[in-house]
Amino acid sequence: MDAGLDKVDAIWEKETAIIDGIDISGPWNRMFEQRVIWEYTPELIDKVADLPGAESFSWCYQCAACVPVCPVDMVGDYGPRKLYRKAQTGTDLQSADDLWLCTTCMNCVRVCKKVVDMVQIMPAVREQAVLDGFVPEELQKAFEDTAKYGNPLGQSQRKRAAWTKKSDAPVPIIKDVKRPVDVLWYVGSYPSYHPRGIDAALAAARIFHALDIDYAILGREEKDDGDSQRLAGENGLFEMLAEHNISVFEKYEWEQMVVTGPHEYNAFKKEYAKLGFERPIQHYTQFLSDHLDRLSPLLTHEVQAKVTFHDPCYLGRHHGEYDAPRALLNAIPGLELVEMGRCRENGYCCGGGGGGMWLDSFTQNHTTMRLSERRVLEAAAYGADILAVCCPFEVSRFEDAAKSTGNDQLRVLDILELLDMSMRGEI
Amino acid sequence: MNIVVAIKHVPSTADELEINDEGVNLDFDEVDFTINEFDEQAIEQAVLVKEASGGEVTVIGVDVIEELDGVLHTALAKGADKAAKIVGDLEPPIDSHTQARWLADAIGGLTPDLVLTGVQAVDDLDGQIGPMLAAYLDLPYVGVVTGLSVSDGTATVHKEYAGGVMAEFEVNLPAVVGVQAAEKPPRYAPISKIRQMAKSADLEEYEADENVGDSGCEIRKMAKPVSAGHAEMLEGDAEEVAEKIIEILEERGLL
Repeated sequence: MDAGLDKVDAIWEKETAIIDGIDISGPWNRMFEQRVIWEYTPELIDKVADLPGAESFSWCYQCAACVPVCPVDMVGDYGPRKLYRKAQTGTDLQSADDLWLCTTCMNCVRVCKKVVDMVQIMPAVREQAVLDGFVPEELQKAFEDTAKYGNPLGQSQRKRAAWTKKSDAPVPIIKDVKRPVDVLWYVGSYPSYHPRGIDAALAAARIFHALDIDYAILGREEKDDGDSQRLAGENGLFEMLAEHNISVFEKYEWEQMVVTGPHEYNAFKKEYAKLGFERPIQHYTQFLSDHLDRLSPLLTHEVQAKVTFHDPCYLGRHHGEYDAPRALLNAIPGLELVEMGRCRENGYCCGGGGGGMWLDSFTQNHTTMRLSERRVLEAAAYGADILAVCCPFEVSRFEDAAKSTGNDQLRVLDILELLDMSMRGEI
Repeated sequence: MNIVVAIKHVPSTADELEINDEGVNLDFDEVDFTINEFDEQAIEQAVLVKEASGGEVTVIGVDVIEELDGVLHTALAKGADKAAKIVGDLEPPIDSHTQARWLADAIGGLTPDLVLTGVQAVDDLDGQIGPMLAAYLDLPYVGVVTGLSVSDGTATVHKEYAGGVMAEFEVNLPAVVGVQAAEKPPRYAPISKIRQMAKSADLEEYEADENVGDSGCEIRKMAKPVSAGHAEMLEGDAEEVAEKIIEILEERGLL
């Protein structure tokens, strides 16, 4: 500490202070010294807030209500208030690693009195970073694969419907059906290509068939919804995919759309709507819970297990749907549903949203454990046998996390798989 | 400085490759095309040279299936200044020798100081486009290059040999260089920039001269490899598997 300072009530004060030639020395002279915060300019906050969509960043008054609910802070050092403080003290968010850690789970916005909206801020700043050529390598690959192949897994677009060959239930492709259908099922990238996603897609096909739903899929005309890429800063890629998908959706006649994933639900309901696409859309949990009167009698086999449910951020907080998945789980005979502490509005995040799905190694360098691992530990602590999910990002994330945390006893199953088990008795 | 990058549009290996009915090549109707990955490195290296020493980058390729525009727009979004394609009544496959002839005809007219191309391409692993361009244009050639800088009419290039041996060459410009890897990983081209290029960029066109000869090589047969052996999966819990591993190692005299 500088000479000429006294410590008074844990605060350093000048022994003497002469302001405009007047000696005002005394215990109160700290009032005439700048507080630390004034040593910084608001430029880096303005740099963020000046971007369209990111205005609310400057509204933060640092109450820090967002920090304890931030899923990244729980395994690291993060949260909107901390980002604001860092911007105040010299960090340029646009080139900071912090930029890529937010999963846009929306729990901060839920508690923010000033409605500082990270779900808008993050994509806006990331878009600038992407345009300036700063993209983490793994994310770049997911962007390039999506642009080239229509899916972030880098699989052939031609093989998008290849999974249907494994299906014992018929999976009609709308181009071949040549007539209007009741339900257009948008399958999504992970259920089309990822082995564990395909398991859920096959279960869905069996359930739709058993319910005698008049449905069809788009097959190789379907491309990724692009919403997570948008949230990760690739708005141009999102627009390209949205234009493609909307033109395909409008090419065929159908009454309503059912989507497998919450991210697709968010994409079509909120973002494609801004581009003029407004049609009835349901997440599969909503669609099936609307058909529970016909589905329940088919659920003839008991699933004797203690099951806990992970609310997907983009179905729960983003769209307020907490009941439909639970209605389906409660309809399964023998199944005991236990809630984790962090559920519903305060549900934890799997780490896959907002581009997190493609930033695993990057995020790992900044956190003590994966968000998915943190969540699996919670599920295990509640004594669950099965962690039920209804977002295609989650099955592989949580299965890996169960293994890496030594919780192999915890099975991770999509609600579709659980319903299918109860229907067919194969567990 | 006038930098030209010669690129190749090749079948995408993300697709499961199908052999055509005649059994002599791929079924090109059942496969998507993509830019050869080594050419992507060449484009990156060209843009890096331009950023370091100034100049203008032109990217040029043979439009084998009439879908090269997207590749050229991407190159422009990454920092190339001009793009051109060689067009005609073309159908795949077009062998490297023919492509090299057409590229040389077009590139010769561009009076390049430096020609970069991928060291080889996944479609034929022939690796001849670079050397043949050099021969047709009567320029020196260095291949398997992993870094390049330019000053005062000379290029200093790093070449990679087997066993991790590196060499540094000085090459008088103009020259042709076959790029193995750019000094940095290829940069990302944001889709909005690519789309902007698609709207605004003019792609120059060169007519392919159909009278040039081919390589003289004919593919007599193409088939998928047949798997010869299988991995043996060891079943059981950790103890049992460990015992089996020890057994196998002892059996082979490795313990």
